[in-house]
Amino acid sequence: MSDIDIRKVVQEELNNIAPEVDMAGVDPAADLREALDIDSMDFLNFITAIHQRLSIDIPEIDYPKLITLDGAVAYITAHLGSSKN
Amino acid sequence: MPSLGADMEAGTLVEWLVKPGDWVKRGDVVAVVETQKGAIEIETYQPGQIEKFLVELNSKVPVGTPLAQIRTEGEVKPAAVAPAPTPPAAPAVAAPAAAPITPPVAAPVRAPSPPPVAPAAVAAVAGARASPAARKLAEERGIDLLTVTGSGPGGAITYADVEHRLGAVAAPPEKKRAPGLDLEAMRTAIAAAMARSKREIPHYYLEHQVDVTASEHWLAQKNATLPPDTRLLFGALPIKAVALAARRYPAFNGFYRDNKFEPAQAVHVGVAIAIRGGGLTAPALHDADQLSLDELMSRMRDLIQRTRAGRIRSSEMSDPTITVSSLGERGVEALYGIIYPPQVAIVGFGKVVTRPWVIDGAIGPRSVITMTLSGDHRVTDGHAGALFLAEIGKLLQEPESYE
Repeated sequence: MSDIDIRKVVQEELNNIAPEVDMAGVDPAADLREALDIDSMDFLNFITAIHQRLSIDIPEIDYPKLITLDGAVAYITAHLGSSKN
Repeated sequence: MPSLGADMEAGTLVEWLVKPGDWVKRGDVVAVVETQKGAIEIETYQPGQIEKFLVELNSKVPVGTPLAQIRTEGEVKPAAVAPAPTPPAAPAVAAPAAAPITPPVAAPVRAPSPPPVAPAAVAAVAGARASPAARKLAEERGIDLLTVTGSGPGGAITYADVEHRLGAVAAPPEKKRAPGLDLEAMRTAIAAAMARSKREIPHYYLEHQVDVTASEHWLAQKNATLPPDTRLLFGALPIKAVALAARRYPAFNGFYRDNKFEPAQAVHVGVAIAIRGGGLTAPALHDADQLSLDELMSRMRDLIQRTRAGRIRSSEMSDPTITVSSLGERGVEALYGIIYPPQVAIVGFGKVVTRPWVIDGAIGPRSVITMTLSGDHRVTDGHAGALFLAEIGKLLQEPESYE
């Protein structure tokens, strides 16, 4: 799965939570909670969706690493790689 | 048309989820109604077979109007079904064992076991030239109802009509909208409920801080073993703590109506849910005191998702007996809530912050949360409130004791 595909998946799942947000306009380095006005329940739903869709384990302790768009893409890229090999 | 909140006057039937001939049981979602708070799924309290619809789609009818007729299974024994006095003007309810789908008008207090129907009450509302809320407002403001033009069915005067006459609010433009959330209408509903609360309820406020470091550790340990879909959020703990404390302190759990307090039999915690874009609603998490933390979390998740998608159920709107409002991790340290009438208490939780704290004579960094209680002084005093809030704090520190 390419970086672009992963970014697309992340954006799709975030849009499922905040449908009114234009993801193209979101700063990839911004805190998603602020940029999308989402709360801890929304964030948990995002983590759950990524876990279920891509079968990667995301322990709670790693949540801060996925708090930006770039961070989430980097985290998923690293963990997809390790689970495939 | 059930009453789904203290200030609801009418609702628009937008969808039937059953058809004549279908069998329904108590709690089944049968229709979708649009209110100021969005689209609400209407549950029936009456088991039986849908006989016919009494209200056409997309018509707006006042609270108390029967929406459909349900024939009960035991119709050979009509006495067992609807022994309530026959309404003088309800020709639609002709079959002896047929009961309209409509919970009692004052649903919350009778929620645990509402009678099948209250046709008398329905007739009273339907037959009135002005709704009780409209009458009350007119009386308070010294408005002669004869000078008000009614916009309700048969020219009945609604609360909005009286407000319009007062010039208090401009008449909202009649506009067609898709089912779901209408933030503008929701704002109007919040304004009405909160203004009423501040007008009628003498609030007192208490504040208490507790160290929740151990609770956070307990939660982190538990979550480390779970997949994301069953993990707990810290936000579930305050709801459980308030529910358990409310059971022990019943004077904070119930409704103030007609100049007296009516304690509720069950603990249905209203969970304040913010809607992105600026809305707020607080549907009930039923029997929160009885649920395990896992079950509570799963129901909270479902409730929040449905609320944000505009699919709240009627009982969730009408049943809350006490409200919990949490600002979550992005909020500030303290929240002083306004009681949602006719409830008598709201408990607020700020975000958890790391603070220097004295433990065993030494100062160390701890996770601290500020909790507040807004209480109705007509029902309780600060002393009882302090005991209640301290109990919530104690429970918040021992989540392992919930299960």
